[in-house]
Amino acid sequence: MTRGLWIALATLALLPFASHSQFVANLAMLTAISAALGQAWNIAGGFGGLTSFGHVAFFGLGAYADAILQTRYGFTPWLGLPAAALLGGGVGWLMGLATFRAGLRGSYFALVTLAFAEAFRILANSIGITGGGSGILVKLHTSAGNFQFADRRAGYAAALALLALATFAARRLAVGRFGAYLMAVRENEDAARALGVRAVRVKSAALALSGALTALGGVLYVQSYLYIDPPTAFSVERSVEMLLVAMIGGAGTVAGPLLGALAVHAIADTTRSLVATPGVAPMLYGVVLLLIIGFLPGGIARFVTRPAHA
Amino acid sequence: MVDPPLLDVRDLRAGYGAFAVLHGVSLSVLPGEVVAVLGSNGVGKTTLNRTLSGLLRPRGGSIGFAGEEIAGADHAAIVRAGLVHVPEGRRVFPNLTVRDNLLLGSYARGRAERAQSLDRVFDIFPRLAERLRQRAGTMSGGEQQMLAIGRGLMARPRLLILDEPSLGLSPLLVEEMFALIGRLRGEGLSLLLVEQNVMQSLAVASRAYVIEHGRVALSGTADALSRDARLRAAYLGL
Repeated sequence: MTRGLWIALATLALLPFASHSQFVANLAMLTAISAALGQAWNIAGGFGGLTSFGHVAFFGLGAYADAILQTRYGFTPWLGLPAAALLGGGVGWLMGLATFRAGLRGSYFALVTLAFAEAFRILANSIGITGGGSGILVKLHTSAGNFQFADRRAGYAAALALLALATFAARRLAVGRFGAYLMAVRENEDAARALGVRAVRVKSAALALSGALTALGGVLYVQSYLYIDPPTAFSVERSVEMLLVAMIGGAGTVAGPLLGALAVHAIADTTRSLVATPGVAPMLYGVVLLLIIGFLPGGIARFVTRPAHA
Repeated sequence: MVDPPLLDVRDLRAGYGAFAVLHGVSLSVLPGEVVAVLGSNGVGKTTLNRTLSGLLRPRGGSIGFAGEEIAGADHAAIVRAGLVHVPEGRRVFPNLTVRDNLLLGSYARGRAERAQSLDRVFDIFPRLAERLRQRAGTMSGGEQQMLAIGRGLMARPRLLILDEPSLGLSPLLVEEMFALIGRLRGEGLSLLLVEQNVMQSLAVASRAYVIEHGRVALSGTADALSRDARLRAAYLGL
């Protein structure tokens, strides 16, 4: 059953390449980025139980790192990828050490992450190198060397690559030793420590991995839309979308964020095309999400796959 | 010839914040010995366990283990040295399988030892072998307690600390639990048994310490203590 699911998802992922519609390719790219970000969130939030409300902090840091390196210093945008990953990973690690050493867990941790994201937004708004409130515009110059593509399908391919990387990482967690440590800490931190698991280190490493992958998503965003400003880079909505995608699909499962991204985008687009009256579509979208969360507490994946490590 | 003690605790002090719990506890466990630590709720038994296993930093005193000083050492290093603590209240990882729960106990050891340890645990707890792929949280309370102990054994302890293993078990399962402790003693494992169940504990232990208000109030051989009038009055109402 699980194998059938993966074959179906892979087939679905390939379909947009057959279409010449830029609209379809754009939709596919947005869904793949959502899935990749949801998967990145899932590594910390699902497998590690580190429910972050401010994951957009990593996204925005990655986006700005990429935009600043190419527009201010003239580096190739390809350098944005490792730079963003290092920055996102480093900040994730430090944020983890600071909050977990202080013993913050659960909703306290969630609030701290939210505060981090807001602090970065305010910082981006007020310092010079980010262009402040007017943001950074990346010059349009489509070429592979410039990591800009005229065909949206290339952007989609890049998003799929990130999704594959994040899913590979989640898969390693689901079967490997580090993932077992991480889940043990999620289930019962004291019992895990009694077995010799260094809980602070394990959780910080998970946040670093998750932060690095999320920052890569920020790079893809900048390279597709060629513009970034503080409200886009650090929007609360994007943090919420990451955790929605993971939770609706099934937090702590490998396939969850993929299913969640498909479901969230399908629901959003269907409600948008069904009703034209402004405001009704988002409301309908909210109701459907509430129903899913209310009736499928473990997420969609609980119905189609086994729990991780089973 | 007397063996040097495996565990040698002297004047141990510990607490939380402004609140001191242990006011200088001294005790020892010889190799192959089962030693009981007795006392009612709130006297500091769990604090003692957490301090011995490195989860809580001691405020004073010394903890010698196998000839090394481990007071204040990192909890992961203490587990690797062979002092393994099975926390009270069957703290299994409920959403992980039985197999993963067990393997988590053994990651500190090598791969070859892991398979061997699994066989040993299955020999002691045949029921766990039947439930390898089951989620731990779906098992009965008694089975979860066995899993918690099995997980501790996977780490190949030289000294296993059992924190209230009989807590919340039915009388029949309590019998089974103490029979198991007797079996582990028979295999030569050193055990520090922290319990409220005084009579059963004295029956399997060779020596015991009674803790009151963070201090050792009484200590001696299990035989002597089970005849001690003060202990009988305080804990058995006799």
